[in-house]
Amino acid sequence: MKYIFKRLSVLLLFFAALLVFTPFNAQAAEEEEGFQAGPFIIEHVTDSYGWHICGDGDKSVTIPLPIILIDDGHLVCFSSGKLHHGHAAYNGYAMGWGDQKGSIVKLDSDYTGHLTEGENYAVDHVCKFNISITKNVCALFISLILIATIFLTVAKRYKQHPDEAPSGLQGLVEPVVVFLQEEVINPSLGDRAPKYTPYLLTLFFFILLNNMLGIIPIFPGGANLTGNIVVTGILALITFFITNISAKKEYWVDIFNTPGVPWWLKFPLPIMPFVELIGIFTKPFVLMVRLFANITAGHIIVLGFISLIFIFGQMSPYIGYGVSVVSLLFYVFMGVLELLVAFIQAFVFTLLSAIYIGTATEEHEESTELA
Amino acid sequence: MELIKPSFGLIFWMLIGFGILFFILAKFAWPVITNGIASRNKKIQDQLDEAARVHAELENMNQKYEEMLADAKAERDAIVADARKVSEKLYEEAKLKANNEAQAIIDDAKQAIYYEKMKAITDVKNEIANFSIDIAQKVLKEELSDKERQEKLIEEWVDNCKLN
Repeated sequence: MKYIFKRLSVLLLFFAALLVFTPFNAQAAEEEEGFQAGPFIIEHVTDSYGWHICGDGDKSVTIPLPIILIDDGHLVCFSSGKLHHGHAAYNGYAMGWGDQKGSIVKLDSDYTGHLTEGENYAVDHVCKFNISITKNVCALFISLILIATIFLTVAKRYKQHPDEAPSGLQGLVEPVVVFLQEEVINPSLGDRAPKYTPYLLTLFFFILLNNMLGIIPIFPGGANLTGNIVVTGILALITFFITNISAKKEYWVDIFNTPGVPWWLKFPLPIMPFVELIGIFTKPFVLMVRLFANITAGHIIVLGFISLIFIFGQMSPYIGYGVSVVSLLFYVFMGVLELLVAFIQAFVFTLLSAIYIGTATEEHEESTELA
Repeated sequence: MELIKPSFGLIFWMLIGFGILFFILAKFAWPVITNGIASRNKKIQDQLDEAARVHAELENMNQKYEEMLADAKAERDAIVADARKVSEKLYEEAKLKANNEAQAIIDDAKQAIYYEKMKAITDVKNEIANFSIDIAQKVLKEELSDKERQEKLIEEWVDNCKLN
């Protein structure tokens, strides 16, 4: 235990040091045009075509990620490094600006070269089928490999040493799996649990690991994957489909002919069925928004504290250094809080998914509503 | 509104990626892990049950042993008591016998002493008679002259030599 604390504290110190030293290289560049906290924060919580490591502007170190498009029926692949963070075009492809920010646009010529800011370039169309390996997709792949490796390793250990005391990674994973099975999945699903256990476990560990990777400020962490509406939306959508496809007759009866409700709420104007029908969609919608908002909000607060250093640093470097101490303390506090949130949100998402599926697949009369 | 604008690429990769992850884990990891845990739980429970059973058996055996020990102790006590009784009886008998024998020996000895005494007295009497004859001879040799006096002397001696 003592050893782990030692390791953790070393890790924390490392990150703290990293945060202290980033202002030094960044400050020089910021002074030229002034620091804008809003765009800085949004840039860090949204997706991008390259994985920014450190530095700023032309001096920045960024891992270029491949851009993959299917445009006019042709597969187009090139490195995002060729676009120079939107300051260049390659074969007529460029990063969108204004309303098209975040997408890849095709200019009306096959121009390759520098794009001057403020100049008006004619856009032919926005590339719709854009399956580029963006920062978030890359983080997704990393987390997938990590999760698959962890659990295949653990599974191998179970296979090779059956009925033995858990050790190593297995000892870390097993209590969590047992907790989920005994406290979340089995109570919500009863005897239907085995059918849905694989999905719910995958869901929990996917969210948890990505939440935690999101807290790590540098590569391979730092991508705001579970704070991306698409990721949480797809997870919520899967829960939505599982809930409604595996739902029993009683579930639909509860929705269209809710028992224990006066008839006049159902008959001429189907108010209750309408409300219940909306409920089908609000539940996964809330799942999506809850996870997205919690994780994104945590990141925005952390980035806000970091921005404070730059904002005060612009007034006077000494105030910047002074504020950095306070900011750092708040950052550490938020980091710990985010770690807690990482667990809680993964747990809540899994618990609610289990309850939704559980109530939908319940066969007997009384249904316990929890939402 | 860039924050909540869904991007097609991420939807595409997320569906594929999460699908593959789910497939791999559902096929190769979760069944192995959950069955592994369940099997170990069962084994531990079985062993606990077994331990409880063995413990109960042991308790039972211990009780039996205690009972046997108590029985053996009682038996031993009975045997010792019997033995003591027998030995006491034997001792008494032996004592009695010894007393009787001793009494007999004493009686014999007394009788023997009596006989010996009688014998000695007889011997002494005979000796005295011999002495008397010797003395009489000596006196007779000296006092042969006076017959009257001789007779008177003999009579006096014999009277004086009364034994006992």
